[in-house]
Amino acid sequence: MVIEHIDAQIPGAILDRHDFRGDQTIVVAKETLLALVDLLHGEGFQFLVDITAVDWPERPNIQGGGAAGRFDVVYHWLNLASQERLRVKVPVADGATVPTLTGRFKTADWFEREVFDLFGIRFEGHPNMKRLLTWDDFPGHALRKDFPLDGGDVFCMEGCTAPYNNGERGGE
Amino acid sequence: MDSIALSRQMLDGDKMIVNMGPSHPTTHGTLRIILELQGETITKATPEMGYLHRGVEKLGENLSYQQFIPLTDRLNYCSSIMNNVGYTTAVEKLLDIQIPKRAQQIRVLVSELARIADHLVCVGVNAVDIGAFTAFLYLFRQRETIYDLFEMAAGQRLHTSFTRIGGLFRDIPEGFVPLCERFLVECEESLDEMENLLSHNPIWHDRTKGIGAISAEDAVNWGYTGPCLRAAGVPQDLRKAQPYLGYETYDFDIPIGTTGDVFDRYLVRTEEMRQSLRIIRQVLDRLEPGPVMIDDPKVALPPKEKVYTRMESLIHHFKLIMHGMDMPVGEVYSATEAANGELGFYIVSDGGKNPYRIRVRPPCLPIFSSFEDQVKGGLIADAVAVLGAMNVIAGELDR
Repeated sequence: MVIEHIDAQIPGAILDRHDFRGDQTIVVAKETLLALVDLLHGEGFQFLVDITAVDWPERPNIQGGGAAGRFDVVYHWLNLASQERLRVKVPVADGATVPTLTGRFKTADWFEREVFDLFGIRFEGHPNMKRLLTWDDFPGHALRKDFPLDGGDVFCMEGCTAPYNNGERGGE
Repeated sequence: MDSIALSRQMLDGDKMIVNMGPSHPTTHGTLRIILELQGETITKATPEMGYLHRGVEKLGENLSYQQFIPLTDRLNYCSSIMNNVGYTTAVEKLLDIQIPKRAQQIRVLVSELARIADHLVCVGVNAVDIGAFTAFLYLFRQRETIYDLFEMAAGQRLHTSFTRIGGLFRDIPEGFVPLCERFLVECEESLDEMENLLSHNPIWHDRTKGIGAISAEDAVNWGYTGPCLRAAGVPQDLRKAQPYLGYETYDFDIPIGTTGDVFDRYLVRTEEMRQSLRIIRQVLDRLEPGPVMIDDPKVALPPKEKVYTRMESLIHHFKLIMHGMDMPVGEVYSATEAANGELGFYIVSDGGKNPYRIRVRPPCLPIFSSFEDQVKGGLIADAVAVLGAMNVIAGELDR
């Protein structure tokens, strides 16, 4: 029901949608995310349950248009009044940023930090974009599919240029 | 780096910086809070976490669906059976299968026992932290009985791994129900004793009332779930709101508080334990004989004696162990009401033997993220009370 409202209010926002085992999922572009969040908040989806991401290294790593970009940032919302759940997926390319939701939802703060820590996706406008679970010098982002399961040589602290991280350092 | 390194600039002046943790008695696990103090008053609190990060989600991508169950034990280790139940419920949603009635009933039974055990630890330890030691002793006697029951059912006290996808790995043994009946009576008495010690204790009131108070809107905005959310006055309990495992057929109430402070959280947890006892009573009354594992050779392992004697069972056994279950392609989010709140599992399947992505939504992470908000302006002793009432379990927080 809420999906029809979204479609009416922000035409063209929903790039894709599916319904699997009763879980409603919509895919939106990151440009429309903030407008969508305002709308959802007004519709009663005031409970941001979770933010996470999924890595699809085989997907073309380009920004814009449908399910393109290496990552999906996945949001789960809950409407406390109607107990309706909604999953919103935002495709994002490696190196691109997603607008932060910390302005609207305080709970987004740590969830976004965790996504940054484990996937390396930056959230634009986040007040404290630092790693949450691993330490600041940790090489790489652990939940990327190309990060080795055994962790690689995580103890190289200073001047570490881990191959799976393009030499980029974790913290700023 | 500014939160970790104590620069000379930070050390100068009137401010005192105190490290609480990573191994402080009141953190009950490995987490660290950097407190900035002006005298006894907290001006800034920076929580640091990740000391118990084991990469559970990464490991899950490299294990089969069944093999992930032991890892869920190590999330909230105070009530590990509930994590088993939550995870297997999520996979069953992905597979779209229904487990037998007896398996559902036993899952409810052990979940509620685990909820009591978790709340006992939380309330007991919270009381110890702020100087009321006696209640803890009365409570831990009951927790011991619960762990005896778990040992009877699963063979393990803490890391139970009791459930399997499609049911349970075995039925509850003889002697379980009589001990459980005795526990129902004794636990009620222990809760009465605990309430006599705490509920009207003026020192307990002074230490807990108004500490960590939070409004309903803020609690929702911070992503609170479970007893902490209900203490703030939001009657959200997944057992009622989105029933699973047949919770809609049980008669129980959802206690809610008004102010969300430490005292209300204590009251909500106490009442929830009594409600859980009510549910266990009802389960024991209606427990009916039957299988505890789904009758589907594509999901459930065949009994061992059949594997050795029948060709068909041997093939199923081989296929399940070597190739895993036939998983549909898709993604599900399934949430259960764990002792701390909404424990969610988000599973993305690409049809392979292992999950493509498995995400654990820990209930205490959003609650702990509000820590600075909760203690700012308070005294250092209040931080201890708030931390205890949040029931932060590091295994679940860091995964």
